[in-house]
Amino acid sequence: MEQTATEDRIVSVIRENFPGEVISVESPYDFLTVNLKAGKIIEIIKFLYDKEKYQYLTTLCGIHYPENKTIQVMYQLHKLTENKRIRLKIALPEEKPTVPTLTNVFPAANWMERETYDFFGVIFEGHPNLIRILNVEEMTIFPLRKEYPLEDQTREDKNNDMFGR
Amino acid sequence: MAENYNTSVLSDIPVQEEKQYSYLNLGPTHPATHGIFQNVLKMDGEIIMDATPTIGYIHRAFEKLAERRPFYQITPITDRMNYCSSPINNMGWHMTMEKLLKLEIPKRVQYLRVIIMELARISDHIICNTIIGQDVGATTGFLYLFQYRERIYEIYEEICGARLTTNIGRIGGLERNFSDKTWEKLENWLKDFPPAFEEFSSLLERNRIFMDRTINCGPISAERALAYSFSGPNLRAAGVDYDVRVMNPYSSYEEFDFIVPVGTQGDTYDRFMVRQQEMWESVKIIKQAIEKIKKEPSHIYRADAPEYVLPPKEEVYNNMEALIYQFKNIMGETDIPKGEVYHCVEGGNGELGFYLISDGGRTPYRLHFRRPCFIFYQAYPEMIKGRMLSDAIITMSSMNVIAGELDS
Repeated sequence: MEQTATEDRIVSVIRENFPGEVISVESPYDFLTVNLKAGKIIEIIKFLYDKEKYQYLTTLCGIHYPENKTIQVMYQLHKLTENKRIRLKIALPEEKPTVPTLTNVFPAANWMERETYDFFGVIFEGHPNLIRILNVEEMTIFPLRKEYPLEDQTREDKNNDMFGR
Repeated sequence: MAENYNTSVLSDIPVQEEKQYSYLNLGPTHPATHGIFQNVLKMDGEIIMDATPTIGYIHRAFEKLAERRPFYQITPITDRMNYCSSPINNMGWHMTMEKLLKLEIPKRVQYLRVIIMELARISDHIICNTIIGQDVGATTGFLYLFQYRERIYEIYEEICGARLTTNIGRIGGLERNFSDKTWEKLENWLKDFPPAFEEFSSLLERNRIFMDRTINCGPISAERALAYSFSGPNLRAAGVDYDVRVMNPYSSYEEFDFIVPVGTQGDTYDRFMVRQQEMWESVKIIKQAIEKIKKEPSHIYRADAPEYVLPPKEEVYNNMEALIYQFKNIMGETDIPKGEVYHCVEGGNGELGFYLISDGGRTPYRLHFRRPCFIFYQAYPEMIKGRMLSDAIITMSSMNVIAGELDS
């Protein structure tokens, strides 16, 4: 109950300071998740860092939803002093996913953003060194996008109805 | 006259040319880096001016692979991340799935898992610490303590049949109960390891040469460590007492009595000492877990949830229900809830997180691994800048960067 009260406080603080930015709030498996508009994400994270002491970036990753034509970027922050975690999500258009970089707030975001660029093609504007990190430089695709299936789609010996995707 | 005088003096002074740096490839397969790490070092003599790490040499696209594998087939993928402590990765993944399925795990299974995970932590730290010794020229400890790591592997072998890439346990419990031989081996190991470890500690911990070599070598402040999202022993060496086992207890860690050792300087010596101390704490935890297990019914080794947990093989062959559940589990006929889960465990190197999005299908929609190595290795250039080449080597080994975890 106490947990919920503080969670609501954080969300209302974000709502107050950045009116109209919060799209929806959910809490899957007791993990506060806030869906935000992409525009002010860095300002919001900076605000959470300065005012709310969410000063540990746990992880950052991309998620591709081809049916919505969006690529989501998920930021997961941790307030170590009170052990509170928050997940912030933004949705970017698939054709041109662009978002400002977080490296000015968290140096740790450097490689995480490079990884997200490498696999999803998300452009982090202002990133000091936005090049591929795990894949070869010559690669032209962004492999974790759903349009690149892992298996040869022309295979006929395997029935997807039976074996799932 | 005066002008000429000046010119002649000046001509004697050599003109300050633009500084020449040399570039050195440390890696990709340098024997002292213990893995495939490439660093292009910009050197001024023996001093490192800058470093550019290149990673991804053993990238195997685990996140993509996981999107086409049924949930129980992802465990072997996690083995190959931090292969020095694969049981922790396996357990982390099982617990993520159990969180998604909202499975209740019996206490005895949780304690058995604690034993396995702490053994894995010890074997992980043995590798790191003995290799620090190896890299500063003290080979004895490495060979000496590796015998006990070998015996940990024998215990794994007794539990699951494998040694390095263990695939230990299943979603919902373990694949089989600990045999009598396992307990015997564990007891013997617990008897023999502490004196040997004591001896290893006395070789290095207060050794003047070792201390001179490692103190103030590759330090990082607590502020920088947090900014770089360090976790695990490397963060604790810098003085931040963040341990997932204490902060977000899983598998009943809250019932155990252990301390979280912290350092002050965040240098190689502190990282070494934090790991040393953690090994003692792990031994303590294992002993407590054995005591706790004695109070639990000895036949329980998995949760009673047949729709998610694979039944034992003998039942599959002799019992119709078990055969049905085996089939449904393997073919992915079981309904997996939709959801979004983040679960983290304290791996050998820090917060090992699993971010799983399930859309109710047979495989994850998206699975992201938060790999501690990948995140803290980016601070490496900052830690070695302005230091000697030989310091770079032991800084890397004391950070315990594991190529498999780095590249996923």
